[in-house]
Amino acid sequence: MAPAAIPRRTAPGVLDVRNMTMPAQSARPMPAPFDAYEIGAAYDEMFRSAGRPRPHYKHLYTQLLNRPSEELYRSKQEADLSFFNQGITFTVYGRAEGTEQIFPHDLLPRIITGSEWAVIERGLTQRITALNLFLADIYHERRILKDRIIPGEIIYTCKHFRRQMQGVRVPRNVYISVAGTDLIRLPDGRFVVLEDNLRVPSGVSYMLTSRKVMKQIFPTLFRKCGVRPIEQYSQALLSTLRSLAPQGRPTIVLLTPGNYNSAYFEHAFLARQMGIELVEGRDLVVHDNMVYMRTTLGLQRVDVIYRRVDDDFVDPLAFRADSTLGVAGLFNAYRAGNVVLANALGSGVADDKAIYSYVPKIIRYYLGEDPIVDNVETLLMTDRVQRDEVCGNLEKYVVKAVGESGGYGMLIGPHSSGEQRSQFRDKILADPRNYIAQPTLTLSAAPCFMDGRIEPRHIDLRPYVLFGEKITMVPGGLTRVALRKGSLVVNSSQGGGSKDTWVLEN
Amino acid sequence: MLSRVADSLYWMSRYFERANHSARVLEANYNLMLNPSKLSTEERWHRIMASLGIAVAAGGIDPQSAMIKLTSDTGYESSIASCIAESRENAGQVREQISSEMWESLNSLYHQVTQASAKLEADSDPMRLVAAVRAGSYQFNGITDATMNHGEGWQFIQLGKYMERSCALPVLLDAYFSRAGEADSLDWVGLLASCAAFESYCRVYTADLKPDSMAEFLLLNPEFPYSVRYAVERLGAAIAAISQTSFTRATGRIERIAGRLRSSLAYVQISDIMIGGVHRYLNDVIEQCNSLHAAVHVVYIDYPIQSALEA
Repeated sequence: MAPAAIPRRTAPGVLDVRNMTMPAQSARPMPAPFDAYEIGAAYDEMFRSAGRPRPHYKHLYTQLLNRPSEELYRSKQEADLSFFNQGITFTVYGRAEGTEQIFPHDLLPRIITGSEWAVIERGLTQRITALNLFLADIYHERRILKDRIIPGEIIYTCKHFRRQMQGVRVPRNVYISVAGTDLIRLPDGRFVVLEDNLRVPSGVSYMLTSRKVMKQIFPTLFRKCGVRPIEQYSQALLSTLRSLAPQGRPTIVLLTPGNYNSAYFEHAFLARQMGIELVEGRDLVVHDNMVYMRTTLGLQRVDVIYRRVDDDFVDPLAFRADSTLGVAGLFNAYRAGNVVLANALGSGVADDKAIYSYVPKIIRYYLGEDPIVDNVETLLMTDRVQRDEVCGNLEKYVVKAVGESGGYGMLIGPHSSGEQRSQFRDKILADPRNYIAQPTLTLSAAPCFMDGRIEPRHIDLRPYVLFGEKITMVPGGLTRVALRKGSLVVNSSQGGGSKDTWVLEN
Repeated sequence: MLSRVADSLYWMSRYFERANHSARVLEANYNLMLNPSKLSTEERWHRIMASLGIAVAAGGIDPQSAMIKLTSDTGYESSIASCIAESRENAGQVREQISSEMWESLNSLYHQVTQASAKLEADSDPMRLVAAVRAGSYQFNGITDATMNHGEGWQFIQLGKYMERSCALPVLLDAYFSRAGEADSLDWVGLLASCAAFESYCRVYTADLKPDSMAEFLLLNPEFPYSVRYAVERLGAAIAAISQTSFTRATGRIERIAGRLRSSLAYVQISDIMIGGVHRYLNDVIEQCNSLHAAVHVVYIDYPIQSALEA
C-alpha cells in the first residue's frame, strides 16, 4: 500500500523516525560534570547546543558547574533518605514481604518557562472543557454522533463506555474532575498530547513530596529562579470536590482499593492533606439509596466520594459482580443523585486511545476553536488503508491497546523482535478496534544526575487539571524520566523515575 | 473514627498482647524445666498447654515439636510468630493512623521473628525468638504511649491489650489453681514468672509462696499490671473513655457488664473465692470478658444498619 494514502493532518514538526535528520553536533567539549553529556536528536531541555544552556536553565547550570560532584552525591543521598523517611515508597512485588523501595527520583529539576506553561495551561483547559462536553453529549443527546463527526460504533465498542450512565445527570455536568494528561515535547520544541488519563490518574503525591524535598536541597536556586508554588494542590482538589456537592458542609471521603494497591501511599497522603476520611468499600453501606460510612459514632452520611477505584469495581450489583472493592447499591444511590462520584462513572470513554484520534475534531465541534496543543499523529486500525500501512511497517510504529495504560499492551516497533511483531500483527488483525498505532517519537531529553555525572535522559510531563466550578491547574506536574540510557519508556514499572517540575514566574 | 480502623487497632493490640503473654509463659517454663520435678516432662507440657488455653488430646506431647509449634510455626494460628504477623497485618491496614515509630518498631520485630523462625527448625534456641518478642513488646508499648495521641484510636489499642490480658490471665491461673495440690514450690515460681510477678509478689508477701496469697496477688492486686483486677480496671477505663467520645451510641449494656466485673474484683475477698471455687470464679471472669467483647463489637464495629439509622 502506498504510504501517500495515509492521512496526515499533523502539523510540520511532528517528525517520525523515518525522516528524522540528526542535527549537526557541536564539537565543543562540555565542562565537568557535563563531560559525558551528549546532545542527540531529541529536543534538549537544557542546552541549545553543547555548552550553551537555554536562558531559563542558566542558574541551574552555573550552580552545577560550581558544585563538586561529591556534594551532588550527598544531596542525592539526602533526597533519597528524605523520601524514605516520608514513606514515599512502593512495594516491590514478587520479593520477600515488606520489601519497599523508594520511587526513583532524579536530583535535577525540569524547568518550564512561564510562557511555555501559559500555552500548556490554555491548551489543556480547552481540551478538558471539550472532552467534558463530549462526555455530557454522548451520555445524553449524542449530537456528535448524529452529526456524524464520530462514528457511533467507536463509542459503543469502547470497553469504558457505560450504558448505565445514559441519561444520568451529574452535578454541574462535570464528568472529569481530575485529569492527568501526558504531554511530550517533540524535537522542534512543541508540546503535544500523548494520552489523556481521565479515570483515576495518579502520581500527584510524587509531585508534591518531591517539591518539599527539593526545597531543602536547592533553597538558593528556588529564590533565584522564581519557581511558582504548587503546594495549594490539596486545597484546590478539596474545593473542586466540595463544589460538586450540595450546599452546606458536605462529607467528602477518598475511596481506596486498600493497602495492597500500589498507589495506596498516594491515597493516604491525599486524604491526610485534605483532612478527609480514607475509606475502603467495606466501610461504606447503602441504605435507601443513601451512602453512609460506618464509624464508631454510628453511620455517617457521605456526600462526595473521590474514588480511586475503577468503574468496573465500584458496585458489584451494577458492574463486575466479583468485585470486593466496591459498595453494593452505590450506583443506584449515584443515579438517584444522593452521592457524587469524582470522576464520574463512564469518563473512560473519553480517554480511549481510538477516540483520542478524534479529539481535535471534538474540540472544533464543541468549541469552534482549533486545538492549542496538538495530538500525536494516530493511525486507526479499523481503517483498512491505515491498518495495511502499519501492519506492513510494524518496525516503525508504536502500537497500543486502546483501553490500556501504564505502558501495558504496547509494541515499540524499533525495539521489537520479529516474533513480537508477528504476534502483534495477528492481534491487530483479530481485533482492529482494540489497537492504534503512532509513529515512534523521540521524547525530549533533560539532564539527570547519573552516578556522578550528568547525562541526558528522555522525559515526559503530566500536568494535573482540576474541574469543579471552573478549571484550575497548579503550575507544575509530574515529570517522568526514562532512567535507562536511550530508553523511551517512562513508566515506573519499567525503570522510570520522576523529577521535580519547576514552572517559572516570567 | 471509622469502625474498620477501630477494629484493626483493637486486633493489632490484642494479637500483640497474646504473643507477649505466650512469650512470658514459655520463657518461665523453659527455664524451670531445666530443674527436676515430681511431674513428668509430659505432664508439665500439658500444663503449659492448659496455661495458654490450648486443648490437647490426652497422651504424648513431644517437647521439641511442641516448642516449635508454639513459637515459630506460622501454620499454627496461636504461635507467637503467627500472632506477631497478625498484629502487623492489622497495623498495616491502618498505617496512617498509628505513628511511624510504632510501625517501624512492630515491623522490625516482625522481621526478627520471621528470621528467627526460619532458622529455628535447623538448630534450636527457641528462647532467642521468645526473648526478642519480650523485649520488643516492652519497646512497642512504650513507643505507643509516647508517640500517639491518647485519643479514641489509642483507647481502642488499650481496650485490645487489656481485653486480651483479662481473658488470658484467668486461663493461666486456672491451670495452676485447679490442681493446686499437685504443685510444688518450683511450679509456683513458674506461675509468678509467667506473670513477671516474682519480685512484685515478694515485696508484698515476702518469698512465702502460699497459694492463697498468690491467688490474691494475681487476681485482686490493684497495682500490679499483670493482675486480673488491674487489667479489668484499665479495660473499664478504656471503655469509659471511648463511650465518652461517642456519646450518641447506646452503650448502656457495655458499661453495665464492665461495671459489674470491675466491682466484683474490687470488693470480693480471696477467702470468698476460695470457698466458692477458684475455677468457677475465673470462668465467670472469662465469660464476662467475652460478653464485653461481643457487646463492644456490636455497638462500635459491626452494628446493624437499622439500629444505627434510628439512633
